Amino acid sequence: MKKVELLNVSKTYDKKTEVISNINVTIEPGEFFVLVGPSGCGKSTMLRMIAGLEDITGGILRIGEKEANHLPPSKRDISMVFQNYALYPHLTVMENIVFGLHVKKIPKLERKTRCNDVAAMLGLSEYLNRKPRELSGGQRQRVALARAIVNEAPICLMDEPLSNLDAKLRAHMRSEIRQIQRRLGITMIYVTHDQVEAMTMGDRIMILHDGKIQQIGKPIDIYNHPANPFVATFIGSPPMNIAEGVMNEMQSEILIADICKIKIPDEDSRLLQTKQVLVGIRPEHIKAASKETSHESRMVVEAINVEILGNETIFSFKVGGHEWMAKWNGQWRLQVGDRIPIQMKYESICLFDRKTNERIKAPTDIENFILDKEVFL
Amino acid sequence: MKESSVSLLAKSSIWKKSLNARTALLYLFPSILLFSVFVFYPMFRTIYLSFFLTDQHGSAALFVGLENYTYLLESQAFRNSIKATILFVLYTVPAGVILALFLALIANEKLRGIGFFRTIYSSTMGISVAASSVVWLFLFHPSVGMFNRFLSLMNLPEVQWLLDPDWALLSVSISTIWLNTGFSFLILLGGLQNIDGYLYESAKIDGAGYWYQLRRITIPMLSPTLFFIITISLINAFQSFGQIDILTKGGPSQATNLIVYSIYREAFVNYQFGTASAQAVFLFLCILIVTILQFKFGERKVHYQ
Repeated sequence: MKKVELLNVSKTYDKKTEVISNINVTIEPGEFFVLVGPSGCGKSTMLRMIAGLEDITGGILRIGEKEANHLPPSKRDISMVFQNYALYPHLTVMENIVFGLHVKKIPKLERKTRCNDVAAMLGLSEYLNRKPRELSGGQRQRVALARAIVNEAPICLMDEPLSNLDAKLRAHMRSEIRQIQRRLGITMIYVTHDQVEAMTMGDRIMILHDGKIQQIGKPIDIYNHPANPFVATFIGSPPMNIAEGVMNEMQSEILIADICKIKIPDEDSRLLQTKQVLVGIRPEHIKAASKETSHESRMVVEAINVEILGNETIFSFKVGGHEWMAKWNGQWRLQVGDRIPIQMKYESICLFDRKTNERIKAPTDIENFILDKEVFL
Repeated sequence: MKESSVSLLAKSSIWKKSLNARTALLYLFPSILLFSVFVFYPMFRTIYLSFFLTDQHGSAALFVGLENYTYLLESQAFRNSIKATILFVLYTVPAGVILALFLALIANEKLRGIGFFRTIYSSTMGISVAASSVVWLFLFHPSVGMFNRFLSLMNLPEVQWLLDPDWALLSVSISTIWLNTGFSFLILLGGLQNIDGYLYESAKIDGAGYWYQLRRITIPMLSPTLFFIITISLINAFQSFGQIDILTKGGPSQATNLIVYSIYREAFVNYQFGTASAQAVFLFLCILIVTILQFKFGERKVHYQ
């Protein structure tokens, strides 16, 4: 169990433009750390730099306590699972699993027992004599996993390992990988473009965009306190709704996309100094307007799409040129074209400075979604 | 009435069932036609002629059964041709494949300007057998040839490359290897480029060195391509003609009189189309047997994806 430390790490291919810049992060021993971002954000490059498959052009990489910038991949105490699994098609499952042990000249008997242990753990025992082409996608994925685990390396790197699986299998493998990581206590660095994987698997996640860190933190903290509009719209499904807002200092209120006004309480009057803002609200925080709702903060919208997902209903509508979505519990028999009165509370909105993209207010009312264990009987 | 409708039904169903076969035949028709005219007809004509004595125009004159074949097997000259051909195959195929593999491996490295070397190494593919043989003729020339100049610079005795019966076959082999390298190189390089780069990265993380990767990944992954190249090189070597004709004309003292060249001489110099045909059939059977053996024993070591 080793920690991985990146100090000011950067990468450039042509010595002019940096594809990755200013990465500072410490991945703790035994942590499940997820690198997430849209495709082309540099997350795979970063993982490959940690693996030693790409040169580091600037900064320092430390693995354990040792500087690892110029160590060859085999000396970094890592194992790696590739997106396409990189199984050797001409070798059987068993030969694939013990390939690394064979290279390290581990005695045959130990190779065999270790291979059998790992195969039993991943349910591969029956397939040890098959070739990769005779396996299904999920089984191949397991072989790739087994090959990484059998080396007993303290650090495991995974590059989008689940992206070739179907949705159901992916959900299953998610929890399986998480359980294995917990059981073995390895430090895991996991790359994905799927925010659901990031949210559900990571102890901590790092969101990357254009080669820069957007935010690092626990998934739920990032969900509740997104650092900027990018993170706000990237994490969460459906994403946070965003629209331009203008502060009205005289009335002490925000005008959202010229159609809706929200009062700002006196204790937050400092917010009025930022004139141009972006207003964000999570789909589940948009509520149906009730009789008590003041006329001002009431908004009537026209549904342009409705999805009923069994226990919740998602409908979308237009707000100032943006398509917004609202998520309500229960089955709402809404039709496309229905005019729906909605309301937004000041407590649930999130404000960003339009110039700097920094968050100036996080939602304070997270409703009853955070439960502590005391409520259990 | 009923019977006829049943038979009609059977008829129409056969007509319907064969729809796929008929469509396939239609698609195959152009190649079947071309093969028939240029491959199948000459082949059967050759087999037919091998049972006859022929007149000067090459038409069958007298049926002699297997006499052409028994004559061949007793002929000292033909046995010499077989020996020369086998030696020629042994000289050219392994050396040629290994050389091409070596060149492909070094040209597969990602280096600046590697495209230049890839072009150079594959360039012999674009040179005709005749033109390159003429160049080699000059290189082998006893007095002005580059090889002998080089030997004399090193104070070594000169070699009569194409005139010494002990050297002639080797000299022809060298030029053949050079000639075939381009094609083999290009195919092998293509095979190497097809191997997934992730396999090497994974091996690198496991700590496998260059030779280990070569032995456990590259060669097995390249085996279908290697198998193809070996098969093609074998067949090519059995069928070499142009370089023999230009460099040695089968001489000196029959040392380079390979079977194909002997067929040519028999047919178009001696006008013995019957025995020439018998030799051709013999060569065909040899290549067939070697290829079948190769598929039977070689293919076990081939890993198809």
